[in-house]
Amino acid sequence: MMRGPFAALVAALLASALASPFALAQTSAADGIAQYRALLADGNPAELWEAKGELLWKQPRGTNKLSFEKSCDLGKGIGVVKGAFVELPRYFSDTQRVQDLESRLLSCMQTQGFNAAEIAATPFGRGEQVNIEALVAYISAESKGMKFKVSQAHAEERKMFEAGKRLFYFRGGPYDFACASCHGEPGKRIRLQDLPDLTHNPGDGVGFAAWPAYRVSSGELWSMQRRLNDCYRQQRFPFPGYASDATIALSTFMAVQGQGAVSIAPAIKR
Amino acid sequence: MMMKTAMKALFLAGAAALAGCATAPSPQALDQLTQAMLKSSFREQGIAKLDRLTQDDAQQACSGEKPPADDVARRIEAAQLASVKWPADGVYLGDWREGEKLAQNGRGMTWSDPEGVPSGGNCYNCHQLTKAEISYGTIGPSLYQYGRLRGVSDPASPASGEIVKYTWGKLWNAKATNACSNMPRFGHAGVLSAAQIRDLMALLLDPKSPVNAQ
Repeated sequence: MMRGPFAALVAALLASALASPFALAQTSAADGIAQYRALLADGNPAELWEAKGELLWKQPRGTNKLSFEKSCDLGKGIGVVKGAFVELPRYFSDTQRVQDLESRLLSCMQTQGFNAAEIAATPFGRGEQVNIEALVAYISAESKGMKFKVSQAHAEERKMFEAGKRLFYFRGGPYDFACASCHGEPGKRIRLQDLPDLTHNPGDGVGFAAWPAYRVSSGELWSMQRRLNDCYRQQRFPFPGYASDATIALSTFMAVQGQGAVSIAPAIKR
Repeated sequence: MMMKTAMKALFLAGAAALAGCATAPSPQALDQLTQAMLKSSFREQGIAKLDRLTQDDAQQACSGEKPPADDVARRIEAAQLASVKWPADGVYLGDWREGEKLAQNGRGMTWSDPEGVPSGGNCYNCHQLTKAEISYGTIGPSLYQYGRLRGVSDPASPASGEIVKYTWGKLWNAKATNACSNMPRFGHAGVLSAAQIRDLMALLLDPKSPVNAQ
């Protein structure tokens, strides 16, 4: 499944190099990357995570031997997965909090009998965090092609948006970086990596509508929480707690900004 | 305990809203809520301590959706300019080869970086510098031909003095000339040493540097 795209990629790169050895200007480099992504999207390895996530969703787990299918409400009723992803974050009356997908999964795991605080403190890619990767891949894939429709009806949801906006523009650390330093203008990039402008609706399948995603460079599936965590690392900030309020507020801001955008998650990234 | 503080702030913010007009919390209450979230959500990790969330005047003034008022911006620029440390020996330029290495190096100061390792300059992340390096970012302007375009044929000559000093100030503290610049304050914040900044100065201004190659 993965051989095909890679072989085609090599062929495409060779062909373009032979055709225009002196024309590798910035536009053609960007085109090359877009071509590379399109080829890879043919066989997105995120499908492996999706399949595992579906099994985890249906499997009775934890000390209470409960399946998510019979106990977890992502906002559209117990067991309902389709369409849930594009309506998160949202306010949940049972926890009396605004929750993103991952903080909601922690609540559901607590119901199964897991220790949610322990899972939140587990590093990415280890222990139950590995299962969360699979679950977010499955849950997001069930809303692929659907448009973001995030509620701002509840006062707590509006507060989270406002706090998220403030966090987005908050400058700090030794480099004075805010989220807005890199994501505040259209058409910018770091090195060759395109940066979505998140001060406006970035459009279909961009920004919040593209994560979780499979990262070719590391062979990992990254959730939105992991994406945000690594942004903050590169911002030279201290460490944002997993599923902490600040990360949920930022997610609320991004989701509302991207209202109406089509979700392509789990996407594929370089 | 951290959670409690956040909850209390949330509660206070909520109460303030109710006491006000019961429609929406005031901007001040939302500012407080955001501060409480920062406190409850972040923890120190490695070299990245929590004091990084304490803003100075310049960071605070440039944390809005819109830039600060002109007079505020001018005041920040004046204060930042006054804090620039100029090279004590009057030597502004080092080795452009070392500067190029620094420009390529994007490491340093994250929570996964070890303590005591010198940081890179991160230049290519945001700027074009040489013809040879096509993997450059576009958040900042292109600096290709930086010295040549400014007529610097001999950086040591009095005629080049003004642009040499301006460039040092930009690298040491970008906020001295543009209050809300996206560029880090490399000297001011202790990200780069004076010796490292000299090497970057050479990369930009030395006529032999590939930045200025014809």
